[in-house]
Amino acid sequence: MISHLPILQVIVPLMAAPICLLLKRSQLVWLFSLFASAIAFIISVLLLQQVMTSGVISYELGGWEAPWGIEYRIDKLNAFLLLIISAISTVVLIAAQTSIEKEIPKEKHTLFYILYLLSLTGMLGIVSTGDAFNVFVFLEISSLSAYALIALGQDRRALWASYQYLIMGTIGATFILIGIGLMYQMTGTLNMQDLSQRLPEVAQTRTVFTAFAFVIVGVCLKLALFPLHLWLPNAYAYAPSIVTAFFAATATKVAIYLLIRFTFTIFGLSFSFTTLPLQGLFLVLGLTGIFVASSAAIYQKNVKHVFAYSSIAQVGYIIVGLSTSTITGLTATLLHLFNHALMKSAIFLALGAVVYRLGNVQLSSFNGLGRQMPLTMAAIVIGGLSLIGVPLTVGFISKWYLLTALLEKGWWPVAILILLGSLLAVIYVWRIVEAAYFKKPLAGSAPVKEAPLFFLVPIWLLITANIYFGIDTRLSLQVASAAAQSLFGVSP
Amino acid sequence: MKDLFAVVMLLGIYSLLSASFFVAMDAVDVAFTEAAVGAGISTLLMLVVITMTGRSEKTTRHKPWLALLVVVFTGGVLIYGTFDMPYFGIADAPIHSHVAPRYINESMKEIGIPNIVTSVLASYRAFDTFGEVVVIFTAGIGVMALLSVGRRPEEDEKTTAIDDSMHEQYLVIRIVTKMLIPFILLYALYVQFHGDFGPGGGFQAGVIFAAAIILYTMLFGLTTARKVINQSFIQFIAAAGVLLYGCVGIVSILNGANFFDYNVLASDPVAGQHLGILLIEWGVGCTVASVMIMIFFNFAGRKEMQQNNEKISNIEGESP
Repeated sequence: MISHLPILQVIVPLMAAPICLLLKRSQLVWLFSLFASAIAFIISVLLLQQVMTSGVISYELGGWEAPWGIEYRIDKLNAFLLLIISAISTVVLIAAQTSIEKEIPKEKHTLFYILYLLSLTGMLGIVSTGDAFNVFVFLEISSLSAYALIALGQDRRALWASYQYLIMGTIGATFILIGIGLMYQMTGTLNMQDLSQRLPEVAQTRTVFTAFAFVIVGVCLKLALFPLHLWLPNAYAYAPSIVTAFFAATATKVAIYLLIRFTFTIFGLSFSFTTLPLQGLFLVLGLTGIFVASSAAIYQKNVKHVFAYSSIAQVGYIIVGLSTSTITGLTATLLHLFNHALMKSAIFLALGAVVYRLGNVQLSSFNGLGRQMPLTMAAIVIGGLSLIGVPLTVGFISKWYLLTALLEKGWWPVAILILLGSLLAVIYVWRIVEAAYFKKPLAGSAPVKEAPLFFLVPIWLLITANIYFGIDTRLSLQVASAAAQSLFGVSP
Repeated sequence: MKDLFAVVMLLGIYSLLSASFFVAMDAVDVAFTEAAVGAGISTLLMLVVITMTGRSEKTTRHKPWLALLVVVFTGGVLIYGTFDMPYFGIADAPIHSHVAPRYINESMKEIGIPNIVTSVLASYRAFDTFGEVVVIFTAGIGVMALLSVGRRPEEDEKTTAIDDSMHEQYLVIRIVTKMLIPFILLYALYVQFHGDFGPGGGFQAGVIFAAAIILYTMLFGLTTARKVINQSFIQFIAAAGVLLYGCVGIVSILNGANFFDYNVLASDPVAGQHLGILLIEWGVGCTVASVMIMIFFNFAGRKEMQQNNEKISNIEGESP
């Protein structure tokens, strides 16, 4: 069975989804989804171990060898991403049943879990596959289920947010498809490994330039890079809390994975960063993204909006790390993928707990919440500190490596700008702290109880991870730097 | 253009034209799918949506210049990309010389069915097809999650009576349809099983099958159709299709081969391939047909609810 792990990683949640439809009972479906997601998590741990000890795993679907059939190819980068996605999905699912009881009508619970599992399947599928067209197929699964999940939000604005996301996401997916089609036309293959070998022969043609442009723009739409980020804030703010916690930690990460895969593996480093001006472009867009989104976050009244804009800013940091195109820079990027997933899922789950008790997350209703929901608010504060990059949290680790990478390159003005960006994060996190701890609750508002246990356990699990990986960086750093080195073709 | 009905019709014509393009390029399977899905069922579904939203687009004040700019730019880049493409139909283009020869030369020996497209889609790249089926399943679940109206109240007789009188106007169509439906269903089954030898397969067959049921529903009313096929049965079939497809892969694993390796399904590899393709095509057909019917039922149910609400509010408005 061990040799089938790569496919089981995707097939377990995939097959669980239709089975949920047959189970019907909401409680049962929840336990079953949790079980499926936990199995996916265990598989990803085993895969990561296997990859770290014995190198790349290739799995031929249908028994057809690579360029003819579809290949699953797990290297260190994929295994790292698989671990992040399945871990976050499992932890978030613990709180799901409690949260959706208040946010989604009862008869839709089963459908919610099916969509959740399908979306998980889609993301895992995108990450594990070694075939460019297969990426598109699973991208469709994850996006379609994402649109439906976001539209399930209580607020009627969720529908409009989901519609915007649908239009932007579909344009992004179509662009990626056009790019893959053009690449297929020029090389006659869809396998990523094969593409990377055959593309250099035709690299100087206008068709390949066009293919590259379409793929990059499409992926950047999906990962909400600065000028293409408009769909994200509302989608995150109006989706059900569980969905936000899951997507904020994983969805953009998968898109960033695709960006890395396409630029580093398929098109190759020299083509992406030397032949074409991607380096400068990413640097400028990443930095603008950090500043525009962080400033926007300061002026939001809805706390989910605050952290949604902060997510766009974090994408900016990740892209700046990528733009250095050095091993250290890429390590910082991958570390931040991991760390940002931990922070954001913790924060958004805590916000879900606030929604559970209060029904909304307007900044004004946070007044005095520090006394009433001490554990939840403490979680938000620690998550916020981690976002800022205070030592002993994971945020510090990723900022540290990012700064090291920038200074290594001699880009010290950029390093200063990054630090200034962190100051903006201090401001928007402070506004929440101020409301929660230094303002009195509004007169006449009913007293609020602490969040239920099903929220507190996953939230504090994630917060502990935030602190643990901020002190003991062995796991995350080792895997991230090994993955970065293998992408640069340096054997570790 | 502000008239949405015309827009939908033009879209259908566009699909039909591109289907003819595909025929001209000898891609008969793709053409068949485009005709059945693009020109057929999606036009139908969009028409259902128009009955709910109204026929004309809301006028907007601003002119979408930015959108036009983006579209023109994208088009420009696409045309720029065509300059270095290999010439159309040239024999030594990369797509003809790298992967394709194996499919053309070996597939008869390895898989043993004449239609190479089916071999590629159902065996060499079976996992992509599985993904597509899951996409359709996801779409069905998504529509259900957004549109399902919860427990429907017991149908009161008054509304059904009104519906019946309405349908009597279409007596000729109803009788013709009644005669046609068995043939459409039979044709769907023919397409399902003939996929090995000619253009066809689960996707097209499922859509055609669904079209027959939808035609029936349109003429005899949702209530009657629900008596024949109820919601939970359809859901069961949709899930069963995906599960059937996936289980073929799992059986391969249990027999000690890779996922979707049909060679181990029977003692003889070619017979195994036949069996595998037959089974997964069934899975595809079941899921596609039931998801299409499910989507239509949900839209129509929503529409019916809208009408009933209007009627109730009309009656309430008249009584005082």
